[in-house]
Amino acid sequence: MTFPFLSVITFAPLVAGLGILLLPPERKDAARTTALVTAAFTVLLSGYLYFAYDQAAGGFQFVEDVAWIPQLGIRYHMGVDGFSLPMLLLTGIVLLTGVMISWGIEDRAREYMAFFLILSVGVFGVFAALDLFLFFFLLEIAVFPKFLMIVVWGYPKTREYGGMKLTLYLFLASLVALVGVLALYAALPAGARSFGLLDMAAANFSPELQRWAFPLIFGGFAIMGAIFPLHSWAPDGHVAAPTAISMMLAGVEMKIGMYAALRIGVYLLPEGAKFWAPVIVAFALVNVIYAAYIALIQKDFKYIIGFSSVSHMGLVMLGFATLNPLGLTGAGLQMFSHGVMTALFFSIVGMVYDRAHTRMLPELGGMMQRMPWAGIAFLVGGFTSMGMPGFSGFVAEIPIYMGLWQGVALDPLNLPGFMTTPWFFPLAAVISALSIVITAAYILLAVRRVFFGQLPAQFADLPDVSALDKTALVLLSGLMIVVGLYPAIMAPLVESGIQPVLQALGGG
Amino acid sequence: MDLLNSHLLSLILLTPVAGALVLLLIPRDQVGALRWTAFIASLVPLALSVVLWLNFQPDIAGYQFREDFLWFPLVGSDYRLGVDGVSLPMVLLTALLAPLGVLFSFGVQDKVKAYMILFLLLETGSFGVFMALDLLLFFLFYEIGLIPMYFLINIWGSANKQYASFKFMLYTMAGSLGLLLATQVIGLTLGSFSIENAVTAWPAWSGTIAGLSATTVRAIAFWAFVIAFAIKVPIWPFHTWLPDAHTEAPTAGSMMLAGVLLKLGAYGFLRLVLPLYPVEAAAGAPVLATLATIAIVAAAFASFGQSDFKRLVAYSSVNHMGFVALGVAVAAWTAQHGGAQEGILALNGAVLQMFNHGLSAAGMFLLVGVIYDRTHTRNLDDFGGLMPLMPVYGGLLLFTSMASLGLPGLNGFVSEFMVVRGAFPVFSVLTAISMIGLLMTGAYILYGIYKTIYGPLNTKWVGHTSDISAREVIAWAPLGILMLVLGLAPNWMVSVINAAVARLF
Amino acid sequence: MSPELVSLTWLIPVPPLVSFFLIILLTNRSKALSHTIAIASIATSFVLSWIVAFAAFGTPHFGAEDAIGALSVPWFDVGSGAFMMGVLVDPLTAIMLFFASTAMLAIFVYSVGYGNYGKKLDPHDKPGWPAHNGVDPLYSRFFAYLSLFAFGMLVLILADNLLLMFMGWEVMGLCSYLLIGFWYARKYDDPNKITPRQAGVKAFMTTRVADVIMLLGIVYLYFATGTLSFREIMFAQEGEMLRHLASTPSIVAGLSQASLVGILVLIGTIGKSAQFPLHTWLPDAMEGPTPVSAMIHAAAMVSAGVYSVIRMYPVLAADGLVAHAAEAAGHAAEAAAHHGPVITTPMGVLAFIGAFTALFAATIAVAQNDVKKVLAYSTISQLGFMLAALGIGGYVAAAFHLMTHAFFKALLFLGSGSIIHGMEHGAHHAHDHASDPQDMRYMGGLRHKMPITFVTFFIGGMALAGLPIVTAGFWSKDEILLDAWLHAPAVFYTLALAALLTAFYTTRQLWMVFFGAPRSPSAEHAHESHWTMTAPLVVLSVFAVGAGWLNIPADFPLFGQLVASLGLEPGWLHHFLGGTLVEHPETPAFTLVPLITSLVVALGGITLGWWVYRNAWKTSSDVDPVERTIGGVIYGLLKNKYWVDELYDVLFVKPAFWLGRVFFTGIDKGVIDGFLHGVAWVSVGVGNVFRDYFDKPVVNGASDGSGVAVKWAGRELRPIQTGRVQQYLIMVMAAAFVIGFFMWAAR
Repeated sequence: MTFPFLSVITFAPLVAGLGILLLPPERKDAARTTALVTAAFTVLLSGYLYFAYDQAAGGFQFVEDVAWIPQLGIRYHMGVDGFSLPMLLLTGIVLLTGVMISWGIEDRAREYMAFFLILSVGVFGVFAALDLFLFFFLLEIAVFPKFLMIVVWGYPKTREYGGMKLTLYLFLASLVALVGVLALYAALPAGARSFGLLDMAAANFSPELQRWAFPLIFGGFAIMGAIFPLHSWAPDGHVAAPTAISMMLAGVEMKIGMYAALRIGVYLLPEGAKFWAPVIVAFALVNVIYAAYIALIQKDFKYIIGFSSVSHMGLVMLGFATLNPLGLTGAGLQMFSHGVMTALFFSIVGMVYDRAHTRMLPELGGMMQRMPWAGIAFLVGGFTSMGMPGFSGFVAEIPIYMGLWQGVALDPLNLPGFMTTPWFFPLAAVISALSIVITAAYILLAVRRVFFGQLPAQFADLPDVSALDKTALVLLSGLMIVVGLYPAIMAPLVESGIQPVLQALGGG
Repeated sequence: MDLLNSHLLSLILLTPVAGALVLLLIPRDQVGALRWTAFIASLVPLALSVVLWLNFQPDIAGYQFREDFLWFPLVGSDYRLGVDGVSLPMVLLTALLAPLGVLFSFGVQDKVKAYMILFLLLETGSFGVFMALDLLLFFLFYEIGLIPMYFLINIWGSANKQYASFKFMLYTMAGSLGLLLATQVIGLTLGSFSIENAVTAWPAWSGTIAGLSATTVRAIAFWAFVIAFAIKVPIWPFHTWLPDAHTEAPTAGSMMLAGVLLKLGAYGFLRLVLPLYPVEAAAGAPVLATLATIAIVAAAFASFGQSDFKRLVAYSSVNHMGFVALGVAVAAWTAQHGGAQEGILALNGAVLQMFNHGLSAAGMFLLVGVIYDRTHTRNLDDFGGLMPLMPVYGGLLLFTSMASLGLPGLNGFVSEFMVVRGAFPVFSVLTAISMIGLLMTGAYILYGIYKTIYGPLNTKWVGHTSDISAREVIAWAPLGILMLVLGLAPNWMVSVINAAVARLF
Repeated sequence: MSPELVSLTWLIPVPPLVSFFLIILLTNRSKALSHTIAIASIATSFVLSWIVAFAAFGTPHFGAEDAIGALSVPWFDVGSGAFMMGVLVDPLTAIMLFFASTAMLAIFVYSVGYGNYGKKLDPHDKPGWPAHNGVDPLYSRFFAYLSLFAFGMLVLILADNLLLMFMGWEVMGLCSYLLIGFWYARKYDDPNKITPRQAGVKAFMTTRVADVIMLLGIVYLYFATGTLSFREIMFAQEGEMLRHLASTPSIVAGLSQASLVGILVLIGTIGKSAQFPLHTWLPDAMEGPTPVSAMIHAAAMVSAGVYSVIRMYPVLAADGLVAHAAEAAGHAAEAAAHHGPVITTPMGVLAFIGAFTALFAATIAVAQNDVKKVLAYSTISQLGFMLAALGIGGYVAAAFHLMTHAFFKALLFLGSGSIIHGMEHGAHHAHDHASDPQDMRYMGGLRHKMPITFVTFFIGGMALAGLPIVTAGFWSKDEILLDAWLHAPAVFYTLALAALLTAFYTTRQLWMVFFGAPRSPSAEHAHESHWTMTAPLVVLSVFAVGAGWLNIPADFPLFGQLVASLGLEPGWLHHFLGGTLVEHPETPAFTLVPLITSLVVALGGITLGWWVYRNAWKTSSDVDPVERTIGGVIYGLLKNKYWVDELYDVLFVKPAFWLGRVFFTGIDKGVIDGFLHGVAWVSVGVGNVFRDYFDKPVVNGASDGSGVAVKWAGRELRPIQTGRVQQYLIMVMAAAFVIGFFMWAAR
């Protein structure tokens, strides 16, 4: 048994978080520093794993596997592959930057940091878990601190509403998915019942089961990914949450949904996936366009970002729906890219709000003069989100679209006719491409109204962002540019990660 | 030296970026250092481009100074570079205009650091397009050039900059949507984005996408390409972003915009549309020619109707690029329907016209900038009789105007003659109509001179305007010299272009 | 002619170009240096030209295929071939070099005096305004422009291909623009009076109308023949190319390629040589300094127009070759007996326009009072003569008149400049600002004040009027009339009438300027100009007389033999120029009628003029006798040039401005941008609809509505600080329990 990297990464924040709670309340800096160090530690470790992972070998590596509740076939089984590693890294980075930009929080800083770390435990774990029970367990662990942080540190006007709405949605989501998983569990032959991901993957369930279980599992997780029409928790929740949590929510939480949707939904139920792919496309398409249009008319800076996340997650789903290497890889890249991007966005929104105490576009302006770093970073994020070549967004969108063009080998099925025609997927590509322009529009409008134009008198002497903030901004925007200019740094890894799924789909 | 031979293009392409990075490290208040660093960083590519030009062998078919590295294997796109007789003049043009732009921008006082960095990035973006041998790479540079331009307009622009920059960015992005999608289709069907491969494979490809036959797909993709490039060129009626962008952009920005960025579109036609869609292009040629003619005529009249000096010059760009488009249309037509001589002439003319317009438009914008810096107005009615106040300036303006007007003996005439010569036998009526545009070119050019340097002296400028400064003259001089040289002895460039163009027929 | 000489010919245009750049770039500040350079350069070109010209004159059978001097280099590659550019010396070139260089040299020298060189700068003089009494502030620039102009002219003459010729042609167009608008700042109190800068634009634009059409002709010729070289087109295999052009139908129905090219090129000439309907720019071009008028309207530009047609004549007449061939094929006897050229379509056009303009302009000239305007219209009229001559196949006659006219018209213009100069000096002296120094009504009696100017101007005038035997004008005009009589009587009568008027208005001018008593203080105090001005006048007047002797028909009574006995070759020009054509034009046989006619019109016109004006113009306010006789209305019509300018203003100029506004404001700003903004507006609308009519009511509404729990929680959890999160935990527990049970059951 090698060194348990994954467990360390997962539980280091827990230890640190509890440790921080033991500190006396006034020792805020100690709390902050601890959090920072821990976060950095996780980043380093996951970074190490990222590069230490042996692509040639592929499959799950750094595996830890011990029995947990044998009688139920539940094991403490962890491992990562090319698909989960970027997510792991993403989580670490968001955690780190989250801590950085939360440095200024004075109100119960100790609890804030502690809860934030504890929150991350679940997230890390989810990406590493290879046992579905463990998966759900960690998933629920994350819920509690999240809720707490929103209602305690959130945006006073809407925190109860937003927090509750978000929590209930996520709860509902996991419940639905859980039901599906349990159904699979039950469908396993008695005695051989197991929550092991790989065991289930090996079980190849009957097409009928797959067809009715898929909507539960994929749909359930898709709610976490804010699929239309169950997306409204995302904007409301993000707006209500404190900055760091918004980053974590939009940056990682939504990815968990998508991650699981692929890892559990598509991987375990290939037939189901093939059956429902067109439907997913239909819904995802609405996500992309619909949310983009709404973002276009938002007056609240944070809502714009919230809806843009919804729009971009649609692209991820589109990628999944193609069920081909291009689309899936693209989706994987998009998850990472969007995670970094939206974390950046929310951190900047936070910085602006903390200084101007408003998020209303009409009241803002000229911020470029006061906080140029934030402005430039926001532009980098903006270009990423509008799929500008040279930024990670482009690298992610190209394969998705190409995957859509390629279409999918659909088995004859009783869906509406137009969904099964060969032009359905390509049409989706064309329509969703419109979102690129709309995105460009709302990003540029936001930039123009917040960072350029006339600086309102009352903001004439706003302080610039702190050094830590700048570090965070540089880190995040740097990632987008690096991946954008040299996709080979991530694409092959993700590609290797989706191989099992492709095999399950009978292709690859 | 070995590095020079093997990576010359990459060096040219990336030196400005390196320069930009160096600029990042220089404190913002070290204005002098910033300016000179930027200037040197833009001079190096010029020197290298001259080396490139000298080492280039026109007689060898295909691309030279090729480079090929792994970039995005997943989708089959690599970092492929190379130049031929068509792209070489454009590379030279870019390398030439950038330092002049930087030199002129020494006058910029506000946010020098950011300005210079953006300007260098703009240069790299333009280089990339002309060097890329990979569709995706091409698209990357094609789009990435928008970013610096957007900011140059948005931050250093004049009154209406917000609207102009927004329109510029969004319009061009929207225009390239189709290009993006079509590019994806090509890459998908051929399994690679290599342009060379696509040139042979794509016209011959016979599969189905979205249940559409290859022919249909090609037809649609063709128009997607055309619209994207037509907006960039710009061809009527996709041109309205240009006057706004030009009018608001800072001088050096306009120089690059008119001098280089517009060429990206035309270059796209030459490098991609013609080889990838021979059949469709031939079919669409009459339409293209018609639009080009409308552009020539309408823009000339619109330019004549201006009271804003800079907008007048901006419209002249539309008018001049119309001839490029016309030449392309002729080439597209003749490639299928015979008449190689016409095609070659027209295409030679088109490429040369791209270069020439790069010179004259940049020169004109530079001079407009000079007068604007002094008077802070572009309204023609505010000028008048500046000749005695700025005699040198007056002379340069006359000279440049004449080049832009297409006076024989200066560069513009040669290319316009070639295009017209190629076009007249093919699209006789349209060419005849476009002569109206040529006529009105004279009208608006003379109108501009008439309103600015001639006429009774507008006394309010006495003592407020100094003559053009040495720095500005130096920034203008290379353009002026080339205008004359190319006008009297064009063959040193035409022979290079011709060798490449002749192979297309 | 020796190859060394040919290889030197390309040097001829170089000195003026060098001079241009030297003056512009370096010596601009020093007036002395500038004019020295300029005159030195033109003198060099002059010498070279004469060497070449006389070498050509001396070459036996010069113009035959082998005896031509030509030299060319590749200019740009096209496909596998290349477009060649070079110089060509053939008889026509030689003649042009001979007189153009002479006239230009004279003009350069004259300009020194005209620019008041030597006097010091008058502080009142502003750049861009005519100098009052001091040296012209822009003296150096003037010589720079003149040099460039000379360069253009020489290039045009020496060009061996149509494109290079066109380039020289356009360079001159530019210079005429610059020089006409030389006094760019000048403004008149009368807003309707055209200012120099406007005149410059007008000249450039009017000629450009013709030029772009001519350009079409050039490209079409290039397309049809694959070359633009004169030699290749007009001489290769005994005119094979011409026959090909003439026998191939063009894109325009009913026209052979030759005819189409001919007509298109012809239009270029109509513009450049200011023929109807594109003549209007020339009179206004008089706004330029007088040497410029001489340069443009005598020596160079307008001649260039005619020259280009003479040059292209073989193409214009190409259809004739085919016709001849056909006849030859048909009935040999008749073909043998056939005389004179076939008048092809372009030639017909040419003949009509030429003849019409000749008369039209002459009538206007009768009613002008501006000393230069009269000459301007007479120029238009005389060019009409030449074109008409070409139109009826009078190839040599046209060239002949072109040459003689260049001499005596240059002389006249420079003379008028000298007159104006004298008047201005007088005005300055007598502080007379009432009288316009260019208006002949304020002159009179100048023959005593300015004797040299008077004599030379008189000679020039007589040449223009065609005073028989002595003046060159007579011989060339007689030649034209002879051709017209033989081939096209209608043209003959028109030209005869025009010639009559010419003699009449010339006499009128001479009378108003030089005879009678001074009619203004200015005229009182006028005095002779500086020698640098008068010397050129003298030189030119010699040629204005002598040039005629170059082509006195051998069978002309008395003089034929006389010339021969003097050792000159009668009808020399015919034999010399003939070599430039595939079918040598045969010397028209001597006929009495045209000779008598030309005698009558010349003498008659002069006499009539003298008779009408002998007691007219006692004071400057007198009414013109002609006006009295023909009545104010018609006279006004003539005086106002048939209102052509006003007509064009309504037809072309105003619509151009209007279109400019339409295309910009209407189409671009209105339609296209309107559409774009519409798109933007729509998408924002869509966004609002989505948000307000679906997202908020339906999506949120559903969740909020159904989620009673949300409201409940929102209410219950508000006092969150009290730590009542348990409720949430309980929910989780409950869920966990259910799940656990389910799993146990499933086990």
